[in-house]
Amino acid sequence: MKHDQSYVETDFKVIGTRVPRPDGVDKVTGRAKYGADAYAPGQLVGLVLRSPHAHARIKSINTSKAEKVPGVKAVLTSEDLPDLTGGRDLDTLENCMARDRVLYDGHAVAAVAAIDRASAKQALKLIKVSYEKLPHVTDVDEALREDAPVVQPRHAKEGQPANQTARMEFGHGDVDEGLKEADVVVEKSYKTGQTHQGYIEPHACLASVSPDGSGELWVTTQGHFTYRNVCAGLLGMDIAKLKVTSSEIGGGFGGKTHVWIEPLALALSRKANRPVKMVMSREEVFKASGPTCSSSMDVRIGARKDGTITSARIECRYNAGAFPGMWGMLGGMTAWACYDLPNCKSIGIDVVTNRPKVAAYRAPSAPMMAFGVESTLDILAAELDMDPVQLRLKNVAREGTRASYGPTYGPIGIEPTLEAVRDHPHLKAKLKKNQGRGMACGFWFNIGGQTCVDLNIGVDGTVSLSQGTVDVGGARASMGLIAAEELGIPYDQVKTNVADTASLGHTDTTEGSRGTFSSGMATIFAAREAIEVLKERAAKMMDVPVDDIVWENGEARAVGDEHSNLPPLSLKAIAAKSPQTGGPIAGHNEVTADGAGVSFASHIVDVEVDPETGATKILRYTVVQDAGKAIHPDYVEGQMQGAAAQGIGWALNEEYIYGDDGLLQNAGFLDYRIPVCSDLPMLDAHILEIPNPNHPYGIRGVGETSIVPPLAAIGNAVSNAVGVRMDATPMSPPRILAALDAESA
Amino acid sequence: MASQLVSATVNGDAVQFACPTDESLLNVLRDNLGLTGAKEGCGTGDCGACSVTLDGRLVCSCLVLGVEAEGREITTIEGMSDGQNLHPLQQQFIDNAALQCGICTPGFLVAAKALLDRNVNPTEEEIRYALAGNLCRCTGYDKIVRAVQAAAKDLQKANKKR
Repeated sequence: MKHDQSYVETDFKVIGTRVPRPDGVDKVTGRAKYGADAYAPGQLVGLVLRSPHAHARIKSINTSKAEKVPGVKAVLTSEDLPDLTGGRDLDTLENCMARDRVLYDGHAVAAVAAIDRASAKQALKLIKVSYEKLPHVTDVDEALREDAPVVQPRHAKEGQPANQTARMEFGHGDVDEGLKEADVVVEKSYKTGQTHQGYIEPHACLASVSPDGSGELWVTTQGHFTYRNVCAGLLGMDIAKLKVTSSEIGGGFGGKTHVWIEPLALALSRKANRPVKMVMSREEVFKASGPTCSSSMDVRIGARKDGTITSARIECRYNAGAFPGMWGMLGGMTAWACYDLPNCKSIGIDVVTNRPKVAAYRAPSAPMMAFGVESTLDILAAELDMDPVQLRLKNVAREGTRASYGPTYGPIGIEPTLEAVRDHPHLKAKLKKNQGRGMACGFWFNIGGQTCVDLNIGVDGTVSLSQGTVDVGGARASMGLIAAEELGIPYDQVKTNVADTASLGHTDTTEGSRGTFSSGMATIFAAREAIEVLKERAAKMMDVPVDDIVWENGEARAVGDEHSNLPPLSLKAIAAKSPQTGGPIAGHNEVTADGAGVSFASHIVDVEVDPETGATKILRYTVVQDAGKAIHPDYVEGQMQGAAAQGIGWALNEEYIYGDDGLLQNAGFLDYRIPVCSDLPMLDAHILEIPNPNHPYGIRGVGETSIVPPLAAIGNAVSNAVGVRMDATPMSPPRILAALDAESA
Repeated sequence: MASQLVSATVNGDAVQFACPTDESLLNVLRDNLGLTGAKEGCGTGDCGACSVTLDGRLVCSCLVLGVEAEGREITTIEGMSDGQNLHPLQQQFIDNAALQCGICTPGFLVAAKALLDRNVNPTEEEIRYALAGNLCRCTGYDKIVRAVQAAAKDLQKANKKR
């Protein structure tokens, strides 16, 4: 690699300051344009007809009446969407529109484009679909039974349950041998409900395909380059001929990493020869985008009297919805990652059911296994009469520990976060009646991947920074800080933009907390490229050899006694002369950023449970997380707080509720209740900085880790408050009352 | 469905629009008047992203019909700043990093202004309950509450100077 990505300790000037974000004014004045905020002349309204059944064969679809509705310009069924991917992306295509069978309540069956909403709605009503209902299964354990309906015959494998699509095993040592050394063994089973990312902005896009085969797509997405590649592949378009622009994104959390309505909008536009705008309703978002898995798991931990864990085993079954995923693998890799264990095993199983195809949700699959592991550790601590924090510290992973999923750790932050928790005043504060305290740890890998950045210096010395990474929550501010730091100029001299797919090279989706890590690296390297050009130009202007020029504090300076009379040249002065010294000054970088730093967090929570109603109130919440380096501390805290709040909702309220008919009963924010302002206290966010050795600034990802501990931390707190072990999420009032009743019976 | 001609005042300007009688005020603001600051997060009055004021009263514009705006005064997020001067709430939302994705921000600002217009010195609990009709999925509300507290202080200071 041309540039060195190793960490170098630096005395930062602007990194770590809390500057205003470049998109702030647009977002507080209503100017910012999101997915549904784009309009094109002559645009049509696109709507989707969705399955009313959990599982059914489509016998026939008759669209003739719908096509005759005045104002209807195109009607789309799976016949318009042949598989052009040779089966490679058939799952995605089939999820976007059902083929021979509908696989879940809300699965798309047909779509229309019309001049207005009323005509489109009327056309949907006139599409005649003849279904033959099939037996369905929505529960993960039921789906593994021998007599379960087979959801995906083409993915069924010999010698295992038909709905099991993957089984991944991680670990080392021998858990059965380790059990023999244990003085205490705890075994417990747990379940977690299915939750949705709950981004406030529904999926929305505006598609326009020209008769010459080129197209444009304006869309809310976490990865417009990925959307481009997938849509082009599904529709047989050339990648270069489809320009995708990412709108401002109104939340994603993993849910906007897959395509849903976008290929349909493009296909409708191609058929109608008009721009087509599609916006999902909230009900469609719940039923037909990609929530996270429900899960069911069994945990067994054995330890010596002194707290040393000798054997640790978990098996978790993930409900992937209608199509196979990689959820068991991700979960299995995270299960024991916080601990240094001689004998550990984690088994992650993917199961298909008649629920919507699962998508990533912030540290996907990790919160479930953490619920099992961290709850069981608390039971173990109680049996050993040991402090839960001490038990974890006794077994904590450190630099040099062989991780449960394979690698040997470099410098990591789990022990420091645990020590910070141990020493935090929160842990010593007094509790009252019906109150309980819990703590838990969490881990997430973080990823790097492909990234492009373009840095252009204007003749006035201002810097236009184009990143391919979608900004989900402050990335433009962070990239602006990094460019300013490298160039040695004030932050407000830099303006960061997210470039469309026609303007920059492929950049991977903003997922896996990769945005600041990878784009930050590319920005550093692009700025260093630009500095080389600035030095060449300065050398020309000063008439000295370029090797005599150094770049310091935003200035080019000639070193050596013979140049002591030459005043330094500022970036602005060099930029002003650029038309005469060789043209525009720019730096760019394309990188595959390897070496993402693993991330750890430890949380403490106090709750009060009303024994009459079973309602739980969060009284106090403390998050400690290792950020590697917090570029913009406000937005790092914001990630930690937001992740904790989502975890709180998951722990206490949120759950997809399916009836015996396989239909989703709570597809709206009234019945799927995410935390509101009055549900929460202030969320105390405590950032630690243990530098990632594989990033020039030490950056790790920060977006996901803090959704991992809350389920278990709250489970431990509620269990301590009510004196009964909670073993399922959500710990909703009826479930807590049932647990209390069962205990007193 | 037949359209009806409606006259209303939006952000101080007299406007006229024609809309079908079953069209929501939110769709009219966005699709007819080009005011896309109010967002549709749910269409059922649960998320508050479409918050505007109707004759000074905070409403979810997705639950109001366009034709109900006849003769009435509507203020949207686009009408919140005084020319180029941001309202203290807008400034404090930026300064406190009270937005991440920003989709809920217009609704929160409109709702928070409705609170501070009637109570310039709210407690934290009053702020939390006044904003309980607005969903934010990014922030955990911590920085939003702090921004509203800071803006309340700004407004109190400004009132004292008057």
